[in-house]
This record gives sequence, structure tokens and C-alpha cells, in this order.
Amino acid sequence: MRAVARVVAQADDAGVTRLTGLRSEAPLLLRHTPATTGPAVVHLLGGAAGPLGGDELRLEIAVGERARLCVRGIAASIALPARSGAVSRMTVTVRVASGGELHWLPEQLIAARGCHHLAMSNVELAEGARLLWREELICGRHDEQPGDVTVSTSVTYAGKPLLRQALQVGPSAVHWAGPGVLGGAKAVGSLLGVNSESWPEPRTAAPEAMMAQSEVASPTAVRMPLGTGPGWLVTATAEAAPALRAVLTPAR
Amino acid sequence: MTSALLLLADGRFPAGGHAHSSGLEAAVAAGRVSSLSTLESFLLGRLYTTGLVTAAFAAASHHAAAHPATSTAAAHPAAQGAAAAHLATPSGAVEGGSVPRLGDMECAAGSEVLLQLDEELEARMASPATRVASRKQGAALLRAAKMVWPGDGYGLLPQRRDGVHHAVVLGVTAAAAGLSCAEAALIACYSQVTGQASAALRLLGFSPYDIQRLLAQLAGQCDAVAMAATAHAGKDPAELPMFSSPLADISAELHATWEVRLFAS
Repeated sequence: MRAVARVVAQADDAGVTRLTGLRSEAPLLLRHTPATTGPAVVHLLGGAAGPLGGDELRLEIAVGERARLCVRGIAASIALPARSGAVSRMTVTVRVASGGELHWLPEQLIAARGCHHLAMSNVELAEGARLLWREELICGRHDEQPGDVTVSTSVTYAGKPLLRQALQVGPSAVHWAGPGVLGGAKAVGSLLGVNSESWPEPRTAAPEAMMAQSEVASPTAVRMPLGTGPGWLVTATAEAAPALRAVLTPAR
Repeated sequence: MTSALLLLADGRFPAGGHAHSSGLEAAVAAGRVSSLSTLESFLLGRLYTTGLVTAAFAAASHHAAAHPATSTAAAHPAAQGAAAAHLATPSGAVEGGSVPRLGDMECAAGSEVLLQLDEELEARMASPATRVASRKQGAALLRAAKMVWPGDGYGLLPQRRDGVHHAVVLGVTAAAAGLSCAEAALIACYSQVTGQASAALRLLGFSPYDIQRLLAQLAGQCDAVAMAATAHAGKDPAELPMFSSPLADISAELHATWEVRLFAS
């Protein structure tokens, strides 16, 4: 399947965020969930199983000045193989204007046996934009070895690179499960915050040092200030999805 | 150019590399590396992630220093004039050879790319402890390199009090030493793997023969990763590989909190 979906959020004169563009295409179904206060909330529904080998899915998100948008998922997506062995692709392209805010908090991506999936995110933040961005990858369903999945995340802030990283798991990746990369963990993920103080609990650093200092939340979860802009990244590995979610849940 | 290659890749080259375990000490403390087989898995997992990235940045930095004009031609139309000027000069001994004297346009283009490479590499290192270690090692290498292979190329590096990232300095140093792009990438891979392996020797008390046999077995993969990295020289710095290892970041931060440790990183 090929699909392109789009969300455009803009603030009106009163400062209320309006969705001036909302385009769904199966299997990328977007639903605006009315909220009386706070950011506009859009839920991303998987309208079909997958992503399935051969799928080319694209989601474009634009958040204007002073607009606030939160995108959430309903259920985990499971990357599944095609009989042909074709690659599936999900590309998320994001632009957030100065003063705009995006929370991207989808559900997990699960790599099923035999899948060939690429998940690529490109996020362009103007100076003064705010972001919370969560990614969680589960390597295989219960008692299953994962297929090949590459998750790559590229974020720029005010025209400069802020975070570029990619993780490869599956039979084509070299020793990804070993002590150098995941150490046998089945769940891995990160939460990126830009101009945001919603870092997860527990907090160990003094409030004034939160932006400048790393925090070790557990032996497999740390929050790190980034080098080239006002961002921080929590990186964590865990035995399973719930434990991972616990350390990647932003504070309100 | 084999002697220069061996000299720069030698652990005895006075750039302070022996003080760093590139994450091995943290992996040992966490109980993840305790045997030759877990060490092999560790070395390969890091070689294909952080190793590939640093090698690609070393190759790209070599290219920016040795071919300062052409490396930006795609990204910056303004640099194309400089590229043409560079090509018009009589066959300068550029290819893997000594760096010719650079024109102003070329210098500007070369330093712009090296600055971008330093920033792009910074964005690939989420861990502050890793960034600090990389910049310290870059500063130490630059001090030694300027004495060993004096040249103009170092002037293209960004001016930073905390040092330029090690892979970037390595690329520029390799160019100054008359080495090729591929050799710069190879040194990056080789130094990472052998640095981690010799740290394992000190921390876990393996037999030196076992460690050397393991390194010999991994030589082909080290070469292959270096070759893959070399293909990225001359590309837009934003397009360079960005593979990361979650445990490399996590354990570097844990390691930085220890009061007593044998290695700086």
C-alpha cells in the first residue's frame, strides 16, 4: 500500500490551535480528538495490519507559530513481512515553527519475524520550537526473533543538526543483540525533549542543573543533554515494553 | 605510505589513546563482557555502529582537508568556483599525497566543511561523556600531529578551546601525513577495536595470544567497515552514517559517574 497523510496545525488570532489540514489515507488514519484545553490532539490509527512489506507510508506534520499539537497512537504497529520479501517504509516529516510545539507520542513499533522495515523521521525545528518525541522499538513479539528493522531519527534545530541516530536490529545487523549494542534487551527506545522541561521521573539533578547535567535513572536508562542545541534525550533499554514505557513517560 | 600509516595507527603514538577504553570498561563492570566470545560480540557490535560513524567522519575530514574545494561543491554553489580553480591548478599532489598550498576560497570551503563535520558528529553523540572524551582525544592528537607532521591543513580545523572531535582531527592528520582517505578510515576502525581489546586485556586478564588471535580474526571485518566508511568521503556531512548503540550512550554516562576508574572513558 502507498499512503500519504498530513496534519497542519495553526494558531488562530485568539491563540487557539486549529487543524487547518487533516488528510488521512488508509492505512494512515488520523482522528482529531476534541479537547477543551491544551494542545490539539490527533490520534493515529492503523487502518490495516502492518506496516506490511512493500508498504510506502508517509506522514507529514506541520505546526505553525504558537500552535500546539499532540499526536498519539491507539495501538502498537507490527512490522510484518511480505511474501516477496519487499521492504516497508514509514517516513515521518515534521516542521515546527518558532513558538510552535509538537508532542509525538505514538505506540510502540514491534518488529515481527522476517520483516524488512525502515522507519525514518526527519524533524526540522525553527529556533524557539518545542518538541517531545518518543520512539519505542520492540524486537519481536512474545518468544520471537525480530526481522530487519532500521529506525533512524534526524532532528535539526535552527538549521543545525541536533540529533542524528539510527538503530538496526534483525538478522542483517551485526551483533545488535550483543553486549555492544542492546545487551539482550528486547525493548529499546528514546524520548527527545527540545525546549521542554517534561523530563521523566525520577529526577536526581537539582532543578537549575536539569538542562546541563546528565541523569542516570537506572543502569539502563539515562537522560543526556545534547551538544548542539536546547535538547535532552532519554535513552533506555528494557526487558519488555511496559518497563520501557515507564522510563519514557514525560512528566506533565 | 605504509610507514606513516603504521606510525599513526600505533598505540604508542603520543596522543593519549591508551587512557581510553571506548566503553569497554563500563561493559565489563556491567557484567556484559566477561569472556572472549562476549568480547568478540562487543567489538563487532560497536565496530558496525560507532566504529562505522567515526571512520566515515575521519574519511570525510580527510577529504575536506585534502580536497577542500571539491568537498563542498554539491552543498555550496559558492564553493564551485573554488572547485574549478582547484581543478585548474597543475596536477597538485593531492591524491593521497602531500597537501598543496591552499587558496583563500579553498580554505574557506574546507574549514566550512570541517566545522559542519564537527557539528554533525556532535549530533551523533548523545552522551556528553562521549563527546568530552572525543574532544579531549582530538585535542591530544592535534598537539602531537602538529609536531610530527607540520602542515597548513590544521589551520582549517574549527577553533575550539575544548578540542575538535577526534575523528575530524584524525582525518586532517592523515592528510597531513600523506595518507589516503581509506587509510584514515582504517586507522579509525583499527584504533577503536584494538583500543577496546587492549583495555580488555588489562581488565579481564586474558592471554595476550588469545586477544591477538581474536583481533586477527576480526581484521577482515575491520577492513570491510573501513571500506564502507570511505565511500562517504566528499558527501554532504548531514548524509554521513548515523548508526548508534544505545548501550554505548548509557554505559558512557554510568561510567562517568564512577569515582574510581582505570580508563577515562
